[in-house]
Amino acid sequence: MEPTGSLAQGSEMRIPSPSPSPPPTAPAPGPTTDRRSVRTLPLKLPAVLLLLLWSIVPLAMTLWFSFQRYNLLNPTEHGWVGFENYHFLVTDPGLAKSIGNTLLIVGWVLVITVSLGTLLAVLFDQDFFGRGVARVLMIAPFFVMPTVSALIWKNMLMHPANGVISFLLMSVGLEPIDWFSQAPLASIIVIVAWQWLPFAALILLTAIQALDPERKEAARMDGAGPFSMFFFIIIPHLARAISVVVMIETLFLLAVFAEIFVTTAGGPGLASTNLAFLIYRYALLEYDIGAASAGGVVAIILANVVAAFLVRAIAKNIEA
Amino acid sequence: MNKALRRKIIITAAAWAVALLIFFPIFWMFLTGFKTEVEAIAIPPSLFFTPTLENYVAVRERADYFKFFWNSIYVSVGSTVLALVIAVPCSYAMAFFVGKRTKDTLVWMLSTKALPAVGVLVPIYLIFRDVGLLDVTFGLMIVYTLVNLPIVVWMLFSFFKEVPREVLEAGRMDGAQPKDELYHLLLPLSLPGIASTSLLAIILSWNEAFWSLNLTAANAAPLTAFIASFSSPEGLFWAKLSAASTMAIAPILVFGWMSQRQLVRGLTFGAVK
Repeated sequence: MEPTGSLAQGSEMRIPSPSPSPPPTAPAPGPTTDRRSVRTLPLKLPAVLLLLLWSIVPLAMTLWFSFQRYNLLNPTEHGWVGFENYHFLVTDPGLAKSIGNTLLIVGWVLVITVSLGTLLAVLFDQDFFGRGVARVLMIAPFFVMPTVSALIWKNMLMHPANGVISFLLMSVGLEPIDWFSQAPLASIIVIVAWQWLPFAALILLTAIQALDPERKEAARMDGAGPFSMFFFIIIPHLARAISVVVMIETLFLLAVFAEIFVTTAGGPGLASTNLAFLIYRYALLEYDIGAASAGGVVAIILANVVAAFLVRAIAKNIEA
Repeated sequence: MNKALRRKIIITAAAWAVALLIFFPIFWMFLTGFKTEVEAIAIPPSLFFTPTLENYVAVRERADYFKFFWNSIYVSVGSTVLALVIAVPCSYAMAFFVGKRTKDTLVWMLSTKALPAVGVLVPIYLIFRDVGLLDVTFGLMIVYTLVNLPIVVWMLFSFFKEVPREVLEAGRMDGAQPKDELYHLLLPLSLPGIASTSLLAIILSWNEAFWSLNLTAANAAPLTAFIASFSSPEGLFWAKLSAASTMAIAPILVFGWMSQRQLVRGLTFGAVK
């Protein structure tokens, strides 16, 4: 066991907690701990076993199905086809398009949420009247279920004739936009960014508040203005929190589904189909288990590339 | 002094403007829920109107709303309780009886979150179809338990770590068995941590909208899936959609606001506290 003191060094973003952290000389693992640790396996076994099953069995089945000809509409025709499903997938124009859309959604939402989230975090770190209430309002979108936020935006805000945005555009003399047919992917990006902006802001705010006030004071003494303060003190301090936000959001954003499901259903054409929606279409609309599984394998590979970085970053932080 | 006050007023105005802008869609939905359907689509949008409760009445009567509401509660609370029951012993063992593999186990649990749901949609769907769990609330509950298990284990682990070891040591000296130690010392001491872990798990399950859309239909649909049925409606529906949505998100908004700080820890796996 590492000394508990590493808790304080390892996470510089930690906010000061009311209870003092345990003294660096935590009790060494005495003989009692060692002797009794023999019996901890039954305690851990249920969780480990369930997660092992959950992560391995479906994965193996997806891999297996991806090499099978298997359509639920024609279940008798069933057998090993090698790489035929992957060949079908690669020659389907849907794959390249949907991977492109997936990356566009991830990329744009990250740019919007991280940049605006940083500004919001700096703003809400200031002292102002009613800060608690304003913060509560600001983070609210994160707790709205995706189907609700997508339908509210689609109907009441982005509707070409009766939406609030159209009304605002018309009242300044502009043409209203039919968001979901003229710019379907951009519309979905707006909705998803609205949902994730509070997440980024909240986490970056927590990180900023852990910044040592003395460091800010010292910089101010040395004559740092608001801009040099932002770029030379706050941004470097936030670097790690930003990377955590980027990685966690990426894992979720790769799998955006409900927002597409209730607004555009992937259309018009393939304009707003991402990888998750493409696989759903193969599986539950066309009942093509083989193709859907091959798509699933692609999605898993994509997510694991991201996760490798995430796990490495977070693993540094554990003092087990 | 005067300059400081002016600065504070400017910042107040800016921050509140931003907060209200971000909150506007939710506010607008809340407002629309109390309009008539005709007022709901009016252009210019009506700000002053006589509020009506007719949408709340209509939603309740028409769509069997409370069945879906109950499904949401059953699935999210049930999966949270199950996850806690499985995770508490595991986190306890990992926090207090550290072995060579503890860290690897934790990291591995985290990495299972990287398996995208859509990658395993096909096998889960087929297994559920074959064992009769499609459109059954218990099936969805199992899925949510497994999906949230890594987060719950992680959060509990990090809260258990903060319990002063001296207290447990003292209990041990007094002859407490590991079981007593867990039930009579650790759980009461880390109750706030367990509470915020539960809140996060409930929030995540309540809002989950991939498995609920794909594994349920008329019977076991929770609110996420019920609301999705408004995506292809007939006639005027904005006011009813708003009323249904307001009821669907209200409890979770309250939970979310209650647990903002612990949420950061849970959602970042302790990387930002």
